[in-house]
Amino acid sequence: MALVNPEFVDAVSRGEFNASACMNCGVCSAVCPMGIELLPRKLFRYVLLGIEDRVLDNTETIYSCLLCKMCEANCPARVRIAENVRYLRYYINKKVFKL
Amino acid sequence: MPLPTGDTIGILADNLRKRNSVLPISAGNATKWASGLSLPRGTKTVLYTGMMYQLIPYIAAMSKVQAGIEDSFLVNFIKLGRQVNKVINISAFMAMPSKSMKEAYNRILVNIAALLQQAGVQFGYLYEEELYSGALIYDLGVDDLLGEHAQKVYNTFKKHGVKNVITVDPHTTNMLRSVYPALIKGYDLNVKSYLEVLVERKIQPKNSLNLEAVIHDSCVYARYENVLNEQRTLLANAGVDVKEPENSGKFTLCCGGPAESLYPNKAKAGAQKRIDQLIKVSTNAVTMCPICFVNLQKAAGDRLRLNDISTYLVQAYCGEGGACAAR
Repeated sequence: MALVNPEFVDAVSRGEFNASACMNCGVCSAVCPMGIELLPRKLFRYVLLGIEDRVLDNTETIYSCLLCKMCEANCPARVRIAENVRYLRYYINKKVFKL
Repeated sequence: MPLPTGDTIGILADNLRKRNSVLPISAGNATKWASGLSLPRGTKTVLYTGMMYQLIPYIAAMSKVQAGIEDSFLVNFIKLGRQVNKVINISAFMAMPSKSMKEAYNRILVNIAALLQQAGVQFGYLYEEELYSGALIYDLGVDDLLGEHAQKVYNTFKKHGVKNVITVDPHTTNMLRSVYPALIKGYDLNVKSYLEVLVERKIQPKNSLNLEAVIHDSCVYARYENVLNEQRTLLANAGVDVKEPENSGKFTLCCGGPAESLYPNKAKAGAQKRIDQLIKVSTNAVTMCPICFVNLQKAAGDRLRLNDISTYLVQAYCGEGGACAAR
């Protein structure tokens, strides 16, 4: 069973973790040039729900994102996907890699 | 096994912290392109290379080594490599590009300087004091280090009384124009890409190239900086019939290059996808970002003739053989 940390989203966010507007339409996954199916729909939902373990299990996916913003250019909910991914990297760099 | 993410980022971050660049190169190699151009040091307006074009041959050499390490037992030594790199710059031994590749990338900077002079722009250069912008560290999310480095870069500009910065690539443009202002209190630099400056100056062609080329927009110019029309205007005026690929303009497809530092094989797969789109439209392609250029070139092989946009522009706007003052 996943552990839920309600403070996780605040720890990740370095401004606004702008993901709650996501309507799960799937456009981001469909247009991703890396074919990343996970980002951002499930991943950002894990953050909002505070399921930290699931986020950390997907470190390779988080660093594989090109930050090319193809998903953002197509997102009907205007989620700032690239910036959210950078927030996650910052969090992992600090917490896991001790950078 | 992929490259160990934490240690790989750690090496890049250590390099920036200790040696002011993710992949340190000598001042001689960074400034060689400007030798003989007599550009003044500093001045109110500077051409800021951000060392991107100079770094690409070294990044390409390094990524070749990394691609060999990725998925092999050698990944286990990267942790040790990071510790050694804190004392000795190991990248200097690992990344040794060919002379011809270094000259080709230096030529791009000479072309850009020539174009700006042709457009009547007066500018200087910071020579060995110029620092890398920290673009890769920003992408990788090492923000605390980036904040310190950005302040260092800004202080160098202020020391020389710089007010206007002309950039040569999309990543550096984005850093200085859109990222730094949020990091530095009182940031007041006016930042423009040389493509924007050339259009503003209404540079006039001396001859028409009469060729066609498919355009590969940089994601950063297109979706971060909204630089979409300048490259098309300059190419069209140069007599280039600009062909648009399946994904173009605001919806350009990434070259895969940003994955290079951690996942070289993913970067190659991304480039392959884009090359497949480009060759459907033309056998000539034009890029405007050094990362796109090198990454697509690796995937293209002999199937596509790739040129940096400055190569076309200098031929058209500087006359026969690109004979502007700086060349």
